[in-house]
Amino acid sequence: MKSPIIEVKQLRTSFQTDDGSIPVVNSIDFHVSPGEVLGVVGESGCGKSVTSLSIMGLVDARTGKVEGEILFKGDNLADASEKKMRKIRGNEIAMIFQEPMTSLNPVFTIGQQLTESLRVHRKWGKKQAAVRAVEMLKLVGLGRAEELLKQYPHQLSGGMRQRVMIAMAMICEPELLIADEPTTALDVTIQAQILELMKDLNKKTDTAILMITHDLGVVAEMCQRVIVMYAGRIVEEGDVRSVFQNPLHPYTVGLIQSIPDMRVKKDRLYSIPGNVPKPGSQNLGCQFAPRCAHAMSRCISETPALTNHENGQKVRCWLYEDGKGAGIHDSAIS
Amino acid sequence: MFSYTIRRLGSLIPVLLGMALIVFMMIRAIPGNPAQTILGQQATATAVAALTKDLGLDKPWHIQFWSYLKGLFSGDLGVSLRTRQPISQEVWPYLAATMELALVAMIVAVFIGVNAGIISAWFQNSWFDYIAMIVALIGVSMPIFWLGLMEQYVVALQFDLLPTSGRDNIRDPVQAITNLYLIDTLIAGRFDQFFEVIKHLILPGFALATIPMAIIARMTRSSMLEVMRSDYIRTARAKGVKMFWVVYSHSLKNALIPVVTVIGLQTGLLLGGAILTETIFGWPGIGTYIYDAISYRDYPVIQSGILVVAFLFVMINLFVDLLYAAIDPRIKYK
Ligand SMILES: Nc1ncnc2c1ncn2[C@@H]1O[C@H](COP(=O)(O)OP(=O)(O)OP(=O)(O)O)[C@@H](O)[C@H]1O
Ligand SMILES: [Mg+2]
Repeated sequence: MKSPIIEVKQLRTSFQTDDGSIPVVNSIDFHVSPGEVLGVVGESGCGKSVTSLSIMGLVDARTGKVEGEILFKGDNLADASEKKMRKIRGNEIAMIFQEPMTSLNPVFTIGQQLTESLRVHRKWGKKQAAVRAVEMLKLVGLGRAEELLKQYPHQLSGGMRQRVMIAMAMICEPELLIADEPTTALDVTIQAQILELMKDLNKKTDTAILMITHDLGVVAEMCQRVIVMYAGRIVEEGDVRSVFQNPLHPYTVGLIQSIPDMRVKKDRLYSIPGNVPKPGSQNLGCQFAPRCAHAMSRCISETPALTNHENGQKVRCWLYEDGKGAGIHDSAIS
Repeated sequence: MFSYTIRRLGSLIPVLLGMALIVFMMIRAIPGNPAQTILGQQATATAVAALTKDLGLDKPWHIQFWSYLKGLFSGDLGVSLRTRQPISQEVWPYLAATMELALVAMIVAVFIGVNAGIISAWFQNSWFDYIAMIVALIGVSMPIFWLGLMEQYVVALQFDLLPTSGRDNIRDPVQAITNLYLIDTLIAGRFDQFFEVIKHLILPGFALATIPMAIIARMTRSSMLEVMRSDYIRTARAKGVKMFWVVYSHSLKNALIPVVTVIGLQTGLLLGGAILTETIFGWPGIGTYIYDAISYRDYPVIQSGILVVAFLFVMINLFVDLLYAAIDPRIKYK
């Protein structure tokens, strides 16, 4: 196995609010190796975007605080200077954002925005950068590329904009690509095309990808390993196949159950009861306990640790204390 | 863009015609015989008859309007009753004086206002932000005439730093080419006179610039704050663009769109303010010209003076509209 390109250790990102400093991402550990696609799943509000912004060093320093280690090629980005981060951003680590409709600047042309990283990081001239931009646009499946360079974002559809965003992120051949729900805002056919495209790029360039999504279908399609986040913490981690076949944490089980199954027509779709707690609203015990069908008294008072299980799977749940319990599979859920 | 400009110019025709009609009716709205009113009750019958004929008041009104329009088109603004000079020649030095004052005031207001707004937004809640916004608040609530008189009293009378009034005090003026003294003195290579002109411009220019500067600063700040929170600014930062460029290019170009409207409105108001400022500072501009004409009941001058100011106003609006289209590609040139 290749040594990881990025290693996140005990990452904790907190925001200053009226009720004091509240952690939104809490003690997160993970690593991604070159050529690998790591999936990060979890419901809305569980801290996926904050995790990626922390890596990019784009958490607003006035209200937010990033602690822990983010080791990228040996350097800790968590305490790197703004100048150093600027050299890494868009060059060695690039990011695709969640909102394709608003993530492009409305008053600059696609060409200006696409070539900017090259001009900033590689000091390329306009012409040279434009040639490369056209190549990239073709690579992401956009025709009439030369013409497109002169157009403005409002002249493009959502799918086209997201392709431009991908081209923009990949243009400097980053070693790590953070894709924050790159397809959520798109319709299903375009979604499939974009995923296919990212998979291709990943194979061709050996770029490591951190694939953030709340869609398990995307994970199954794209990733080798997956981490499941809940309320700012990792609750389960492992190979995609093991996690899908043998989900351990009741939350993961719930997530997998709530995937609509085309073959079976149900009267109602399954959904996990309740909502993700507001950050900071619950400090003691397992964050998922209030929504968990298997909660015990201990779950409310003590926070479980992330422990190793079979097949390299990890889980944060009292049902699997010391890796010995057979957990929920004893108490028959279905 | 070119056809858009032509179309906008075309749409000005009815506006200009309407303006001409209103100004034309002004003099005819005087009850009784306008010639008698202009000349006063002591005037002889022959003088009244001569003026009636001079002003063309003896003809039917539609013929009068037609010949008035024809005159305007050939650049004939009538003849001053007081000086017996064609107004179109006489008005130019006054107009140039106003334009010089207004232009200098507006350039200063825009430059300082926009930059103060940008820096306040960039370093929101810093001491610079607080001080700039307090100063701006005082600025918007300051009556122009009071500010002008205070300036004269403190700077000119108490400390004798700058001249109290006038446009220059030079024995041998350089040849008037543009009638913009800043330019004329430079063309003649007379730097001593150039600085003399600047010295005279400072106090009235500052009085005139204060309110627009304050309003522009506040508008820029709030517009920038909004833009800097948007997704595309985060995208720019994620590309590794320097913060200075993120602020002055990516953000500013978007933030300027509402600011340009304010600048246009303020320039129009500034023309009104110029008349007040000119009277206080004895500035020989169009305000002074009209003001004097009023006290002499020189109706043709009043008419044409108002027409010229209104024309300027319309031209500024046209310029602002074109500027809009140049900044924001989403404005359709239809
Ligand atoms: N700048 C901030 N200040 C305070 N709280 C924040 C800030 N940014 C995010 N949060 C909070 O952090 C939590 C996690 O947000 P985040 O955007 O990471 O969720 P997410 O997992 O990406 O959700 P989604 O799937 O909807 O994108 C949310 O409760 C959010 O309110
Ligand atoms: Mg998110």
